[in-house]
Amino acid sequence: MAIASIESGGRQAAAASIAPRRRKNWSGYLFLLPWLAGFLLLTLGPTLASLVLSFTNFDLIGSPRYVGTANYVRIFTADAKFWTSLKVTFLYVALAVPFKLAFALAVAMMLNKGIRGLPVYRALFYLPSLLGASVAIAVLWRKIFAGDGLLNQVLGLFGIQGPSWISNPDTALYTLVALSIWQFGSPMIIFLAGLRQIPQDMYEAASLDGASPARQFWKITLPLLTPVLFFNAIVQTIDAFKAFTPAFIISEGTGGPVDSTLFYTLYLYQEAFAYLRMGYASALAWVLVIIIACFTAFSFLSAKYWVHYDD
Amino acid sequence: MTTEARTALADEPKRSAWASLAIHAGLCAASIVMLYPLLWMLSSSFKDEQDIFSHGLSLWPTHLNFDAYRRGWGGLTVGFDVFFWNSAVIAVLAVIGNVMSCSLAAYAFARLEFPGKKFWFALMLGTLMLPYHATLIPQYVLFLHLDWVNTILPLVVPKFLAADAFFIFLMVQFFRGLPRELDEAARMDGCGPWRIYWKIILPLSTPVLATAAIFTFIWTWDDFFAPLIYLNDMASYTAQLGLRAFVDSSGKSDFGALFAMSVLTLVPVLVFFFFFQRLLIEGIATTGMKR
Repeated sequence: MAIASIESGGRQAAAASIAPRRRKNWSGYLFLLPWLAGFLLLTLGPTLASLVLSFTNFDLIGSPRYVGTANYVRIFTADAKFWTSLKVTFLYVALAVPFKLAFALAVAMMLNKGIRGLPVYRALFYLPSLLGASVAIAVLWRKIFAGDGLLNQVLGLFGIQGPSWISNPDTALYTLVALSIWQFGSPMIIFLAGLRQIPQDMYEAASLDGASPARQFWKITLPLLTPVLFFNAIVQTIDAFKAFTPAFIISEGTGGPVDSTLFYTLYLYQEAFAYLRMGYASALAWVLVIIIACFTAFSFLSAKYWVHYDD
Repeated sequence: MTTEARTALADEPKRSAWASLAIHAGLCAASIVMLYPLLWMLSSSFKDEQDIFSHGLSLWPTHLNFDAYRRGWGGLTVGFDVFFWNSAVIAVLAVIGNVMSCSLAAYAFARLEFPGKKFWFALMLGTLMLPYHATLIPQYVLFLHLDWVNTILPLVVPKFLAADAFFIFLMVQFFRGLPRELDEAARMDGCGPWRIYWKIILPLSTPVLATAAIFTFIWTWDDFFAPLIYLNDMASYTAQLGLRAFVDSSGKSDFGALFAMSVLTLVPVLVFFFFFQRLLIEGIATTGMKR
């Protein structure tokens, strides 16, 4: 690459003077300009500004007032809602991500058996992933798990009288977990692409050696799939930490019943845009950023012990 | 495709017809469970009010009734025609902005040599990992001071500034795969970087540009959080916000109309799904997009 650019540079230098060549060198910035402006004005600037704001009290109307670490101290020592929202979010992530990935892998393995009609099944299973983030699906979910909803009508056929899953604080969060699992389609597609990379003759050799299907799964499929599993786990976990719309719609923006669906992002939204505590919300945002960063760093550090990158 | 067919052939003798049938039965059952809620919503939107309760589980309305659509469409003080128009304008502008600005940046990163390129590229990759919460509040303050709240500008302008770095990354990967000899040949013929970008790189990159366009459209159409923050006046609502307002008002009692409007907000995404399914699935499989 370096040689090519020197060559073309030389050709230009021969054709024209040095000055236009230098201008050409910087011309990359013209192409980069929109991104660069966006990066400075919409990403870098605001990131630094929110870090500064997190040490202030700011209600949008007055100017920010410096309060030192008071926001962070209050978050960790005097804010019960923070701990509730953290617990709700962690529980959601811990349930939704493993189940979703397990479903995705199981279905991907069934689809990878060389069956007829693969594209049709794959598309059908993918559809919920594509639609899942919209308000309409959250609305649908509310109607499925309402007291007189679809689920209880189905249970009624078996003579079971179900509760109102949405308005019961013990079950409301699980309806959101179910919604997340329902959208297993996109990790499934990624698993399927990974399974296709595993050479078939490995399974044939293992069968000849008398390895059972279960043993083949644990000794061949799963180890060779760990890079894909690692990728899916990270993407899905970060995405689950950021979930907002379904909890907002199902609880009508409150995080209820009794804060049982108060996702961290929902609490952040309330503090910022319902109570206009912009400084405090900035501190909450940075706590979330640090949680996600720690999780990501931990995953990458742990990867060398369980992710197999050799082939 | 051929390898797929070959493995299918190789597998067939090993598996009995019963095992094959069992797999298909399992997959069919799973598809039905997965899709039943969607079909239930669709059919409920065509049912009479009393049908919804007496034949609640049935997927077949006793007769097609479009009344719920009529009730829902004008159910709020502002009609759904306004919400759909607003959503369409925002989504189309977002697509144009993203494709233009991201492809420009990606071309610079993939093909041009300039001082500081590695530094900026690393920063660009870094922004992929940054949750939007880190920038949320100062961005809001900025747009508030610009007097952009209650306009579509906060939703559209960032797209023209390549704020979705993910698509830059996607395009860089694609552009790097195009043969460099084409650029060299064009340069010999006296083409500058703009001509090369416009006449060579973009025409050869329709698959990745289409993928970026479709995902941008779907994500913008579905977006709820940004419109929720920036659009407060009902006349400026997107379809998602309109639907949410409908839930909180008449939607509580009028089940059919709520479902009818929900179905309508899904239609644009479904259209893309039916026409560009292969592109969407390949996009996910090769780049690992989250949905």
